[in-house]
Parts: sequence; C-alpha cells; structure tokens
Amino acid sequence: MTTAEKHEFPMARTCPFAPPPAYEEIREGEPVSRVRLPDGGWAWVVSRHEDVRTVLNDRRFSADRQHPDFPALVEGEAASRRPDEERMLIAMDAPEHGPARKAVLGEFTVRRLEALRPRIQEIVDGQVDALLAGPRPGDLVDSLSLPVPSLVICEMLGVPYADHEFFQEHTVKVIKQSTPPEVRWAAAKAVQGYMADLVAEKEENPPDDLLGRQIVKLRADGTYRRTSLAGMGFLLLVAGHETTANMISLSTMAFLHNPEQLAMIKADPGNTLNAVEEMLRYFTIIDVATARLCVEDMEVGGQLIRAGEGVLALGYSANRDPRAFENPDELDIERGARHHVAFGFGPHQCLGQNLARMELQIVFDTLFGRVPTLELAMDVDELPFKDDANIYGLYQLPVTW
Amino acid sequence: MKIIADTGRCVGAGQCVLTEPALFDQSEDDGTIIVLNETPEGELVEKAREAVHVCPSQALSLEE
Repeated sequence: MTTAEKHEFPMARTCPFAPPPAYEEIREGEPVSRVRLPDGGWAWVVSRHEDVRTVLNDRRFSADRQHPDFPALVEGEAASRRPDEERMLIAMDAPEHGPARKAVLGEFTVRRLEALRPRIQEIVDGQVDALLAGPRPGDLVDSLSLPVPSLVICEMLGVPYADHEFFQEHTVKVIKQSTPPEVRWAAAKAVQGYMADLVAEKEENPPDDLLGRQIVKLRADGTYRRTSLAGMGFLLLVAGHETTANMISLSTMAFLHNPEQLAMIKADPGNTLNAVEEMLRYFTIIDVATARLCVEDMEVGGQLIRAGEGVLALGYSANRDPRAFENPDELDIERGARHHVAFGFGPHQCLGQNLARMELQIVFDTLFGRVPTLELAMDVDELPFKDDANIYGLYQLPVTW
Repeated sequence: MKIIADTGRCVGAGQCVLTEPALFDQSEDDGTIIVLNETPEGELVEKAREAVHVCPSQALSLEE
C-alpha cells in the first residue's frame, strides 16, 4: 500500500530570506512525513529542531552517501555512486569515522585556528584592496566572497594559489545541482587527481602545512596512504570554499538590506560574533544535504522510520522552528542563539565551522570598517540567487561605494 | 555541580571552548575536549549549561 506523497524535495527557495512556504506547513502539520524525490523514490523529511538533532546524532542513521539506498536528491545521481570506492570522511560511519576525523581534528581546534588570524586578516585586506581598486559597481562575489575562503584553504593545505582557477571551475561543477551526474563525477575526479599529485610532491620533504603535517602524523601511525590524504584534501577544499563564499555574499547582502542591523556591528565589533551566528541560522545554506539512511528501525517525532528508508534532516526548517527560537523568522543579530544547526549536528558537524566563523567575523569587520559607504548596486529582487545549487548563495552581488 | 565529559563521544567541534575558554580546551593532538575546571562556580555555571546545550555530540553533561 502506498501513500501519495504531497510534496517533492528538494524544494527551491523563492524568497532569499525565508524557507519555501511548505516548510512551515510540514513542520506544524506533519513534522515527520514522506516526500517524493526526483528519481521517483521517496524519503522522510524531519522538520523540527529537536528531531533534526536526534537524527543527526544517532548511529541508527548512516551517513554513507555511496550506499545504493541513500536518498538521491538529484535525478540520476544514484547511478553515479561508487560503493566500492573508499569513503570520504563525510560518508563514513562508526567505527571508521571517529578515528579518521580525530586524525585531522588537531588542525581545526580553536587555538590552531587563532594562529591563522593574522594571515586571514591579510587575505581579507588584500581582497578589499582589490574590490576598491576595481570598477564601480564591483562584484563582491568575484572580488571577495570566492577568493577569501579559497585563499585561506589553499594556505592551510599548501595548495599554490596559481591553481586557484582550476579549483574554482571544477568545484563549481561539483556543487551545482543542475550538473549532469557524470560531469560532476569527472570534475571531482580532476580535482582529486590534482590533490594526489600535490600530496605526492610533499611526501619527500613534508612541509609545515596541513598536508605535510598529516603525512608525518599518518606515517607515524602506520596508516598513511596517498589516496586517502588526497581525498581528505579534496573534501576540505570543496567543503571550505563554496559554503563560506556563499555566506559572505548572503550576509553582506542582508546587512546592506537591513541597515539598522549593520549599524549595530559598526557601532560595536563585539557584536560581530553574534551577528555571524544569526546569519548562519537565518540563511542555513545547507538544508537538504544533511541527509541520512536509516539502518535500524527508530521512532522519531512519533513516527517509525524503518531500516532502508532515507531521511532528509531539514536544517533550514529546524533553524526556523518556533520551539527552538523565539520569533524565528526575524533577523536579529543580537539574538545570541548558538544552538542552531547551520553546521549540522552530531559526529559529522562541520569540521571547519570555527574557521568559517573566523573568516566571516574578519570579513564583516574589515569590509564594513573600511568601506562604510558600501551599498547594493542592484535590487534584491533582481539578484541572481543559487536556486539550483545544493548550497544556497549568490552568483553575483553588484555593490558600489 | 560537576562537569562530565565523554571524550569517546567528543567530535572536537570546540563549541565548549567558544562558549567558555576558562572551562574548556581542546587536545592539540586530536582536538577532543579537556575540562579545565570540573566544578565551576558563579557565572561559570551558566556557561557550563550553555556548553552542554551546544555540544553537537552530547558529550557533555552536568552532575548537580
């Protein structure tokens, strides 16, 4: 017996400042419900904050994206899975996941990242210089949003900036929802191939960068494998680039569109960290991508989910859940709410989250401090939003000053 | 009140450190939690509660 699913996922955003209207309908009416997927299959959506945290933090929900039954968010995507290939960190489950994550975690501690602060400041200042030296109006995406995280990650990994364009071109293909699956796979392979060459180059005399330190550490543990480290480098690069870039663009747009909120961080940079958290919650650029495959029957939000069934843990719905946030649809940079799930939750919670926070804080303070007359050069209604991407963002952000 | 940290569950997100660096640190080796003060008092009690709430793997708990 089948139930006709009322909604199809993923749902495109139609307003840059709010979830698709059906999210609220689902969360308030049938918070754990079945939805159609593009390939004709179905999955559960979980929409309340508490339930999203439950799913993302329970071992009965697997992160194995290569499994044939993992929910497919793009038509035909399931056919391009490679179940025999080694899993990247994001697709690992216990018991492999813990040690693999811990092996690289030392690179992302709060203290280690603090040491990067002066270099990040230099990078941001360099890009603001580039914006100001360019024509008016300029494109913030090209001048600031894309280069900053790219330069920072390249610095951390020890990737030459000269290869930046190569990465841009290929990671955009990997991220774009409309990319045909085989093209996406080929682009990913190209970057992974480059990474393998780069790692190989570092093997003889491991330099003092993330890849070099990992070579030394993993050799000492007897677990070093070039392809594993190349895969890790690829994941960090892709994960740390488009996401942060999109947050820079969207947040800048939101600040320029809400001048009274912007005034608060200009008046007191002590407010910036709260502002970063609120922008993360408000936009929740990664929404349906926090998907899982149930591997053992479990009841969530009063609904039984069975082994073999897919689940979409809707982070954006969770972050607008009135049960977790008062006046959730309001942008309030003084909110001080840190329990949002914009970085996910559970064992796979974003490894680079503290790097992202630092980059965003430095960008906001530097950009608005140095360019106090910054303004939008295009109506918000006309801006090109990334409606067709797995990660929400802006293709261009014309600004002037 | 005592802070209990399960380093096995810890995923090294560092949210505890960001909440209150006077109470928490991360291992340089694998990023897992180090509790600097197991029995906080005064304002730090509230910070300990916040850290428990934001911990992504629920590795932190409080024994009242």
